[in-house]
Formats: sequence, structure tokens, C-alpha cells
Amino acid sequence: MNLRRLFLIAVPYAWLGLFFLVPFLIVFKIALSDSALSIPPYTPTLDLSGGWTSIKEFFQGLDFENFVFLTEDSLYWKSYLGSLKIASISTVLTLAVGYPIAYAMAQSADEWRPTLMMLVILPFWTSFLIRVYSWVGIISNEGLLNQLLLGMGVIDTPLQIMNTPTAVYIGIVYTYLPFMILPIYSALEKMDGSLIEAGVDLGCSKLQAFWLVTLPLSRPGMIAGCFLVFIPALGEFVIPSLLGGSKTLMIGKVLWEEFFSNRDWPVASAVAVVLLLILVIPIVLFQKNQEKAEEAGR
Amino acid sequence: MKTVWLSLAALSLAGTAAVAEQVRVYNWSDYIDESLLQKFEDETGIDLIYDVFDSNELLETKLLAGGSGYDVVVPTGTFLQRQITAGVFQKLDYAKMPNAVNLWDAIKERTAQYDPGNAYSINYMWGTTGIGVNVGKVKEVLGEDAPVNSLDLVFKPENMEKLAACGVMFLDAPTEIIPAALKYIGEDPASVDPEVIAKVEPLLMSVRPYVSKFNSSEYINALANGDICVAFGWSGDILQARDRAAEADNGVEIEYNAPKEGALMWFDQMAIPADAPNPDGAMKFLNFIMDAQNMAAASNYVYYANGNKASQEFLNEDVIGDPAIYPDEDTMKNLYTVVPYDPKVQRTVTRLWTKVKSGT
Repeated sequence: MNLRRLFLIAVPYAWLGLFFLVPFLIVFKIALSDSALSIPPYTPTLDLSGGWTSIKEFFQGLDFENFVFLTEDSLYWKSYLGSLKIASISTVLTLAVGYPIAYAMAQSADEWRPTLMMLVILPFWTSFLIRVYSWVGIISNEGLLNQLLLGMGVIDTPLQIMNTPTAVYIGIVYTYLPFMILPIYSALEKMDGSLIEAGVDLGCSKLQAFWLVTLPLSRPGMIAGCFLVFIPALGEFVIPSLLGGSKTLMIGKVLWEEFFSNRDWPVASAVAVVLLLILVIPIVLFQKNQEKAEEAGR
Repeated sequence: MKTVWLSLAALSLAGTAAVAEQVRVYNWSDYIDESLLQKFEDETGIDLIYDVFDSNELLETKLLAGGSGYDVVVPTGTFLQRQITAGVFQKLDYAKMPNAVNLWDAIKERTAQYDPGNAYSINYMWGTTGIGVNVGKVKEVLGEDAPVNSLDLVFKPENMEKLAACGVMFLDAPTEIIPAALKYIGEDPASVDPEVIAKVEPLLMSVRPYVSKFNSSEYINALANGDICVAFGWSGDILQARDRAAEADNGVEIEYNAPKEGALMWFDQMAIPADAPNPDGAMKFLNFIMDAQNMAAASNYVYYANGNKASQEFLNEDVIGDPAIYPDEDTMKNLYTVVPYDPKVQRTVTRLWTKVKSGT
């Protein structure tokens, strides 16, 4: 019995260790190295042939210089803040758009639900890259939207949406919307309809019943949806580089540039480590808080 | 179910049986007449896998990571020089490439400054970095005497402010734009002194708000569609935009000019990575490319000059006769070349570039 339990617990831990901890340690090690013009482009590399002395030399070659460098240059914290801002606003927008859709889906007749579900998932069958690229055709200066508005005489000069933060918001909200809708929908769908009836019987108006019953019960779905949108949006690189202009400062782009333009793997790795810490710490704190709240509720 | 497994097994068997010799080529985007790729496969029976990139930096990252899996890559001279130092390439065996006699000595002399004796690379194409304009729109914005053949067009804030409305793109390549900016303020464009390079910062910062995007491949289409009216880019790309606009017959007229202050001359070199899976196939590809007619077909298609003397008799008149592609003696004197940065200077340069692009 005990062995079985141990095994069951060991599986997820082994998975995490292999696919999270080991890669993280590799990246962390590169973050402590110095960049060099060689293959691979950093030094020192671990060489076991020299025995103990070479291992000692290897560890002496590591230092926190790159992390210090990140604090010295305003670019990095500004891009972290820029990313936080874009990810937060996009999450709120996605929630605002996604909740009504999920609610409408959950309220619709049973025979309609599979179809509606399908409509939400269907865009996933097209490549993410193509879906983002097609927005270029819609919002560029010569694009569909501007042509339509110009043709109808609503505007005189084309709206500059392309290459602005607005375009990035459009891209993120559009791309991540299903990740918000699905968890909220699944929370709302499971909800017992008689609870609302009970609320109304006890004197709630429909709006009050929604506010006091539906909303709290769909909270886990909303939280899951927000995490699913916020986390990838924070490190997003493709959408800002295709739709955003040079003014959109995001850490994903900075990371890409450190890696591919500066070819400075150590600094790029340091940026990645910091990004991970920024993400993990609040999530862990939030989780702790949730657990406490749940225990207090009991 | 059983039949499914059987057919899968049959497929995988057929797959292994049919594995032909492969050559993997990594070249710049929009940089070859694609019918040549088919021709190479037909002539040699080798499977050609052709991938594209749009920045030297990206290519270098892949090469320095090692095991890129490519047999032929096409870095620009300055980058090639750094990469040779890092031990990325293997020496060419000219005995296996009889078509090398077609190469042009005038270009070989110039590329030897990056690759002494041309031991590691052959020239594919070369060109200049300059300014592409949508003639109609620029004149509409700046008047008839718009300085279309001068760096004033892209480095004077008052011009750029007006041009911003119709769209300006710059190459996302600090090694191309910074030398031009140095030239414009009267410094040596080939300078590798961080203090001298820092002098271009105020100039670039003053025009950056008016640049709609820094990108090294999107401007061909953007220029041809009329989405932008000025591109600071590579000669042949802008000439391709000119042709695409003419084909689309959309009323867009594109013109390329090497700036009168002087233009950067660069050389894209074909080389074989040290860890190439099929170096022999790679040399067959290089030999195929050095064939006079093949090279001429490529140049006729992409509007870049090549380093192949024998190909010149097969070039179209609008290529060999165009001074924007094959510059005359006078323009040639006005061209300059640059040298690679060492890692320390590189950091200054890329940091400056990030600042220019993001404003921070």
C-alpha cells in the first residue's frame, strides 16, 4: 500500500524534475557563464576529462555578473513592467469578452451546446501563426477594416492600428479567448440551476442572484482562465513581433533579441530565470492564500 | 486495424528505401529563382531542402549553437569573418568545384578581406544598402525636390516627421544602419570604437519615433503594396518591390538609390558548416550555383549583382545595365565596406540598437 502511494507520488515529481527542474538548472548554469565567440557561445563548459581540477575551474568560472547587469540597465525592468501591463490588461479584456460568451453557452439549450463548443474550438484547427498573420490583413493601413471604414465615409485617413499596442491587445485577446471561455464554461455548466431558483425564492432579483450565486460559483473557472491567459501573455513573443511596433516593449521580445540579435546566451538565460521567478513567486503566494481561505471557509 | 498497421509498416519501409541523398541549404528570404532548386534536383538527383532566414544574427545563433544540420549557409562577409574565427566552417575543396573558374577576380579580391584566400566561402551575391522610395507618395509629402538620393531623407527629423504619415521601415540590422549614420555625421563608417559609435545615438534617436517598423524582410511587400513610402534597405529587395508593384499594376512606382553620401557595399558568401551532414553534396550545390547560366538566372530574378564573371553575358539588360545593381566606376568609388565588431563592441552596438528600436 505504502509502496503504491510512493510510486503514485513519485510519477508527477519525476515528471516535474525531468521537464522543469533539469532544464531550469541548465538555463541557470548558462546564466552564470560568460558569452564567447565559439560553439557553444558561452564559457566555461563542463569538461569532465580533466577530473577534479577541471570541475573546480568550471565552478570558479561561474558568477552572478549577468544578473547584476540586468539591474544596471533600465531596459530590462521597463520591459518586465511593459509585459506585466500588457498581460494584465489583456487578461481583464479577455475576461470581459469571455465571460458573457461562456455564460451564454451555459444558458443555451442542451442540443446547441456541442455546436457552440465546436465554434469556440474550431479556430484552433488553423495554425496559430496564420491566425495572427491574418490580423495584419484586417488592421493594416491598406487592410480590410480601414478600406471598409474609408469606403463608408466614417473616416478620412486610415486608422493606425497596425504596429501599435492596440494591435497587440487585439491579437492576444483573440488568440487566448478560448482559454478563458472553456474553464468558465465548464464551471458554469456544472452549476446546479436550482441554486438560482432558491436564491430567487428567497427574494433575490435576477441580477442579485447572478451576483451572489453564479459569480462566486464560477470563480474557480475565472481564476483558471485568468492564469491560462496571463501566464503565456506575459512571455508572449510572436504576437507583439508580428502586430506590435517598435514601441511595444515586452520581455519576450527582449529575451528573443538577447538570444538571436545579441547572441548573448548568458544574459538571455538570466532574463529567462528572472521572468520565471516573477511568475512563480506570485502564483505560489496566491496558491497558499487560496488554501488558507479554503481552510478558513470550512 | 491490422491492415492499418500493415500499411503503416509498409510506408515506413518505403520511407527508408526511398531516402535519397539530401542537401540542406539555408539562404536569405527572396534570394533565388526558385526554379533553380528544381533544376538542381533534376540534374543531380539530390533532394534539396531549402530554408530561409532574414537576419545574419539569427543565422549566427544557429551556427554557434552547433548541429544546425545545414550543408550550405549564406552569411554576409563581416559575419563570416567572425564565424571563421569561431571555427564554424570547413575549408572548401576547389578541386570538386570546376565551375569556380567562373568567379570574378574583382569581387574575390574584396571578399578576401573577410575570408583570406577565399578558403571557406564563395561569393553568392553582393549589393548596396540604400533607400527605396514610393516616388509619388514621397513627392506628395516632401515636394518635387525631395532628397530621394540622399541620407537627408531618412536622417533629417523634419523630413522623417512628414514621411511618418505614409510609413517608413528601416532594416533591423545595426551593422547596416549604424555605418550609414556614422557616414552621415562625417565619421568613419567602419569604426569599431565604441566612443565613435556612440555619437550616432542622438541622430538615430531623433528619427526613431517616425520609423513604423524595424524589419529586414517585410519591406519588400510593404513597399510594393503602398503600405509604406520609404524603406532603408538592401538594393535588390527594393528593386524586387519595384517589380512586384509594376506586376500588380497598382499605381505604385518604386525607385532605389544608393545615397550620394556613400553606400555600404556588402557580400553574401556561401559556406559549408564544419558539422555539415553532407559536405560533398554541399559542394555539388556550390558548383551548380557557380554555373554561369544558373547564377545569371538567380541574378535576373532577384536583382542583385553576383561575383560570377562568366554569368554576365547571360544577364538581362535591366540587370547588368542598371547602375543601381552593377554600379559604374563613379558610384563604385562612393561605396564603403565595414569590418566585424568584437564581442565587447558588439554589446555596445546591440544595446544602442535596442535603445533605438524601443526608445529605452
